Amino acid sequence: MPRPGFVLPVDRSTPPTLFWRGEGFSLERLPADRSRIVYPPEPLAGLTHLDGHIRDALLHPLDMDPLPALLKPDMKLTICFDDCSLSLPKMQTPDNRQRIVEAVLDMAAEAGVDDVHIIAALGLHRRMHEYELRHILGDRVVDAFLPRGWLYQHDAEDPDNLAVIGETDHGEILEINERAANSDLVVYANVNQVAMDGGWKSLVTGLASYRCLSHHHNPESLQNTRSLMDRHHSALHHSIWRMGKVLRDSGPQVFQVETTINTDAFPPPFEFLSKREWEWTRKDRALYLGTAKSLDRMPTRTKRKIFHSMESPYRTTSVQAGFTETVHERTLEHVYEQHLVPVDGQTDILTMGIPFISPYNPESIMNPILVMCMGLGYLFNMYRGMPLVKEGGVVIMTHPTYEEFHPVHHPSYIDFFDEVLADTTDPTEMATKWEKKYAEDDWYRHLYRTSYAYHGVHPFYAWYWGAHGQQHAGKVIIVGGEPSAVRRIGFTPASTMNDALEIASDTVGRSPTITHLHVPGVLVADVT
Amino acid sequence: MKALQVRRSVPRFGAGRIASAVSPSGAARLGPLEYRQIDDPARPDGDGWRQVRTRMSGICGSDLSMVEGHASTYFDDWVSFPFVPGHEVVGELMDGDDAGRRVILEPVIGHAARGVAPPFDGARPGDGDDHAHLATTSDTGVEPGIQTGFCASTGGGWGPWFWAHDSQLHVVDASVDEFPDERAVVVEPFAGGIHAALMASSALTATPDPVVAVLGAGTMGLTTIAGLRRYVPGRIIVGARYEHQRRLAAAFGADRVVEAGALDRAVRREVGCHLIGDPDRPLLSSGAHVTVDAVGSSDSIADAIRVTRPGGRIILLGMPAHVSFDLTALWHREIEMKGAYTYGTETLPDGTTSTTFDLAIEMVSAVEAERLVSATYRLDDHVDAIAHAAAAGRRGATKIAFDMREN
Repeated sequence: MPRPGFVLPVDRSTPPTLFWRGEGFSLERLPADRSRIVYPPEPLAGLTHLDGHIRDALLHPLDMDPLPALLKPDMKLTICFDDCSLSLPKMQTPDNRQRIVEAVLDMAAEAGVDDVHIIAALGLHRRMHEYELRHILGDRVVDAFLPRGWLYQHDAEDPDNLAVIGETDHGEILEINERAANSDLVVYANVNQVAMDGGWKSLVTGLASYRCLSHHHNPESLQNTRSLMDRHHSALHHSIWRMGKVLRDSGPQVFQVETTINTDAFPPPFEFLSKREWEWTRKDRALYLGTAKSLDRMPTRTKRKIFHSMESPYRTTSVQAGFTETVHERTLEHVYEQHLVPVDGQTDILTMGIPFISPYNPESIMNPILVMCMGLGYLFNMYRGMPLVKEGGVVIMTHPTYEEFHPVHHPSYIDFFDEVLADTTDPTEMATKWEKKYAEDDWYRHLYRTSYAYHGVHPFYAWYWGAHGQQHAGKVIIVGGEPSAVRRIGFTPASTMNDALEIASDTVGRSPTITHLHVPGVLVADVT
Repeated sequence: MKALQVRRSVPRFGAGRIASAVSPSGAARLGPLEYRQIDDPARPDGDGWRQVRTRMSGICGSDLSMVEGHASTYFDDWVSFPFVPGHEVVGELMDGDDAGRRVILEPVIGHAARGVAPPFDGARPGDGDDHAHLATTSDTGVEPGIQTGFCASTGGGWGPWFWAHDSQLHVVDASVDEFPDERAVVVEPFAGGIHAALMASSALTATPDPVVAVLGAGTMGLTTIAGLRRYVPGRIIVGARYEHQRRLAAAFGADRVVEAGALDRAVRREVGCHLIGDPDRPLLSSGAHVTVDAVGSSDSIADAIRVTRPGGRIILLGMPAHVSFDLTALWHREIEMKGAYTYGTETLPDGTTSTTFDLAIEMVSAVEAERLVSATYRLDDHVDAIAHAAAAGRRGATKIAFDMREN
């Protein structure tokens, strides 16, 4: 029986706590008697015979007819799937999406459906390499569909392959991939790792155009999203759900398949990362020391290669299929069961270790903008109710924050760092002054469509993701980051955790209360 | 007199070249430059020669190339040894009715000084399209030399006094308080920068909203930026290696200033084109209408080609000597490359003409150019001075000068 998450008050006997530092980690000792550590629940047990559960979900969907009943020989069927931003790290093969797609294809074949397209719903993310497609979908699907042009990646900048479905009562235009829009049935194959994802967001963002996304991917929505992990209090999700209604009323029939996974993310020799420090065995301590020392000596490029090649032994905790909204509510129950940790009240300081990866740098570099996005966007938003830190409090992150960018994946990020952040770190101001120029830049558009680059506007979206955290925190400190890069993103550099706490004292006084969000592990603090 | 002098010595040029690779001061100690007692230069024949006491004299990139043994052998026939360097000079007249008046040297030893007919009435020393008079000993006894500071007959600014012809001198009427020597000593590099800026201007007459890129923001880059801001409409994008250079570039009127390695992306953003090829050294599909290379190295010229649009112009302001780079892009993009050396008579964008030095004298006051003078040294501290000038960027400096004023 996995143990639930909990809050550990730090006293003098508490061992140092593990912090991610990009492609490495450190042990930090937090001040006794005024610090607490929020530990994630242990990984839930996974389903056995997953393929059977998937088939069962397709045959017994929620609020829809069984999938075979929806399949007709002369129909146009489109299967969409999440891109490589999920899961993080990538899951061991076979990936859930492969299992779902193969099951759907089997049923489609039985029904005599010939017109089947498979589309990667990557929104404005970078296109995937073929080896990434093979990892997600498996060789059988790729070999059968890719050469024939029936497997491809959504292109949000192809005007000939976009279609307007309609408009919400807030004037938001729903414009999605033309093939999906004109299909008789769209099946969506999802992997759900956090509560933010899934539901209407899968299709309404993954197949959308820039015009469509800009209705909710903007500073105003993100500043009124409390939080990204609580869709009922998220302006972003409200907008997406309004679009979902338009899709339901005026678009193709959508059959959503969602899977939830547990938090068993680290294969050997990194299993110690998932354990609670006081339960580390001698072997764990030796592994930590050996790994930490080895990583310290390695070039960053080598470290990246090691971490990004990691394949996680996640187990799938649920599969549900059918009508998107019903499916997603069931999904959220399972996600929260894995992630929720009750936490009593806020503290003056929130600390967090920033890992080597975020949804926007699979197989890539965690550049300074993504550090901000991961810290103030994702980790800060890992709450329900209210943030773990008081308004005006201090957020302390640990990360090397090197001024380094992947030139192929993140070309517009480089310019965003050099040009936009040199001018302003304010999301609203940059949206007004700079966003259009980047969104419509012909070169970025070319690289997004033909190379492996994120869309030109993407660094803005990554920045907006942290807009709520940026607005809420009185100060943000990065321990161990390159000072010039840290200052450019508007934060304060510190050499050590003690230095950071000293700097924070200007904002929160000499004896602040501290919460450490324990990452590794994924959790959502249910703060009351 | 006791002065800094360069003698023709192959071993010393070689030693300077080797030593400069090790330390900036090594070249000054072991290279061809010596601080020694020399014979006073004789007054050249002919009218108009004046004895000028040096007040301040700057150290230029071309001086450093010579001290470090990197100067091209091209100049072998255009200089006469031994010579006293120093061509960025403010001094004071030592003879005549106007003795004591301050003067700024326009260093080219031109037609009038050599008793040769000028190419046109009112020509400045640098004007004309035949340099034969610079490479031959003139009837007035002036030996070959492109400028004061490279001519055995005249002496130069790195000595206590030198000979200059009236045609080379610009009298400063203003008082020292109104027009300090530190401002006057940078008039010559400003003239060079303005000349380069006006070469950019002439390529842009029919271009709406042009973009000009400048590589480097040492003294010459900065003076060019000031000239561009004054005479060229459009946007100026500067790539500069050091923080203080970036600050000065912005102060002198650059629209965007970035680190040297980020110039290609900055130009791309400004003109809205593509970057093509190797992500570390990409080529722009379009680019700046004009690029001024104020560095003059293989890398900087290659960079200039990368960021200049097809049909554009590169102005080579930094003295390059031997360089190695791929000219395919220059050929394919039909880019024009022009050298920019010194000054003379300029045609301004409005069609009027002026001398570059008059423009420079006006500009140095407008931009308070004395702020470029970062440190001054006495002649006997020349090793430190040369070392400082050779490492100026790294040490947060711009212009280093010798100060020969009496306290």
